[in-house]
Amino acid sequence: MYPRRYLIALGLPGLIWVAMFVTVALYALVAIAVGGVDPLLLTPVPAWNPLHWSSSWLTSVGTDLKPFSGPDWVVFQRTSIYIAVALAGSILIGYPVAYYAAVCAKRSKGLILALLVAPLVVSYMLRMLAWVGLLSPGGWVNAVLVPLHIVPSQFDWLSGRPVTVVCGLIYGWIPYFIIPLYASLARFDTRYLEAARDLGAGGLQTFLHVTLPMSKQGILAGTVVVALPMFGDFFTNGLLSGVGSTAMVGTLINTYAQSQTDQALAAAGAVWLTVFLAILLLPYLRSSARATREVAR
Amino acid sequence: MSVTHASSSTTGGTTFSPPSGGLRVRLRRLRWSRYGLVAIVAAYLTWSLVPVLTAFLFSFNSGYSRSIWQGFSLRWWTGPASVFTDPTYYDAIRHSFLLAVLAVLITVPLGVSLSIFLSRWRGVTSKPAAFLSTVPLVVPELVLALAMFFLVTRLLHFVPLGTTAQVAGQVTFILPLVIVITRGRLASIPIGFEEAAMDLGASPMHAFRLALIPLLQPAIVASAIVAFAVSIDDFVITQYMSSTAATQSVPMLIYTATRGTATPSLNAMATVMAVTTVVVTGLGYILYRFVARSEQIPTIAREEVPAVPVLGEGAA
Repeated sequence: MYPRRYLIALGLPGLIWVAMFVTVALYALVAIAVGGVDPLLLTPVPAWNPLHWSSSWLTSVGTDLKPFSGPDWVVFQRTSIYIAVALAGSILIGYPVAYYAAVCAKRSKGLILALLVAPLVVSYMLRMLAWVGLLSPGGWVNAVLVPLHIVPSQFDWLSGRPVTVVCGLIYGWIPYFIIPLYASLARFDTRYLEAARDLGAGGLQTFLHVTLPMSKQGILAGTVVVALPMFGDFFTNGLLSGVGSTAMVGTLINTYAQSQTDQALAAAGAVWLTVFLAILLLPYLRSSARATREVAR
Repeated sequence: MSVTHASSSTTGGTTFSPPSGGLRVRLRRLRWSRYGLVAIVAAYLTWSLVPVLTAFLFSFNSGYSRSIWQGFSLRWWTGPASVFTDPTYYDAIRHSFLLAVLAVLITVPLGVSLSIFLSRWRGVTSKPAAFLSTVPLVVPELVLALAMFFLVTRLLHFVPLGTTAQVAGQVTFILPLVIVITRGRLASIPIGFEEAAMDLGASPMHAFRLALIPLLQPAIVASAIVAFAVSIDDFVITQYMSSTAATQSVPMLIYTATRGTATPSLNAMATVMAVTTVVVTGLGYILYRFVARSEQIPTIAREEVPAVPVLGEGAA
């Protein structure tokens, strides 16, 4: 075994880094959210000392987001609906793709994998840039859909269309959904399918009673991996809509953060979002811990 | 195991109908569902990648439009105000690469050594430290960016917004990915290799350098590829840590210019970036394959499960 001092010397730089840029940084976020205001500059001042904490920013943002009656409740509701639809779409599109790549593909597996990873290498913004070109009023999407009378001439997809934002979210994040799902399905033992068939199960029955239960952890993992960034996503919305009527929680926080005097509101919003996501994530963490225990047994 | 749980619930709950149709019918049905899957995969890959190709294509447009095709030209690649003559574009490319190189050079050693500590240290600090280092993976990037923005502007006054803060932010964001990759690899390296080296007279430093680092090479290469790709792609943290236009990265420029009246030079810049990233990560992958193959160290042999012959397969 290594002497302790070697290991400490190895770990210390990383530990200090994480302590500073993760722990202290998150504390700074909280300190701003519960902090005061500089009387001259009107900029937020962090309250490092817990004795000086004040809840005014948190309650202010909390009342804005208050269910049903708060002025920003509609933003929160919209965010949840957009993300729920985007997640459902990601599962519907991503599951068959990941399943085929992990279970069915034989010779083409390497190529398919490379093409599935390609969007992660090509930058997110470039992929959005491509759609802004295609969806603009004179773009190629309208060039196909207008002659078919599906949309009116010069239809503007890019200002305040929820369908564009949701499709953009799916398009942007689905590669990050497929990869963990693929990794989970790649461990799938196809002999269970044979067994189900030998025992007389039809295709649908096999899928519902064998394939789907065995994919549950992978689907959950993929969903969490994309749901987290979607809740903080303001740029997809900004590029594909940029209109207040489709604003999401991320948009709200980002807008506050741009203004020197509203930055405490951004911090408070971020704290609320983190608390909300932690509650949302709890069932997943528990189920994945249970699955790990079951595998270890 | 979840598997046994799943199969027991199926046998308990429902009664299966006997297989419908003969073997031939079932095989045909299987083939059709396979065609259906292939069609979905093909449609998905087309939808996922063809738009990107159109973005490349419009960098060769002869007009100012990034959405209406007006003929082929190279003006946005070579002419005045093209990607390599307009400083806005090539400065952004240069800055993105600068950030990526610095992020890789800092994150990989920092992450690999922290991973070794986390895997080899038996102490109370190990678990909380491992948890904290993965926090950036479980909070939205916007929250982390905001937190680091306040850290840098309110506390760490010696870290100015701009390149320094951008690199620090990216390193924090990428570190957990390097740790996940490296710890996965470390888990398959028994501590015995290093102990054997030390028993044979190597100093801990030598054991580390001669036994552990060569075994970690594939993880180091993989970490570097991922760090490079994530750094090049990063938008939120890079944006929040930026200062002036001089610290504008390619994703930042695309974000601000896309909805504006930018020329197809923007597409040309995006193309340059994408092609370079694909080439660099591709070369990195080849290096990874080379490193992973050339290693001579026996890992614990995985038990190969003999394939069970399926009844009926021989008859078909």
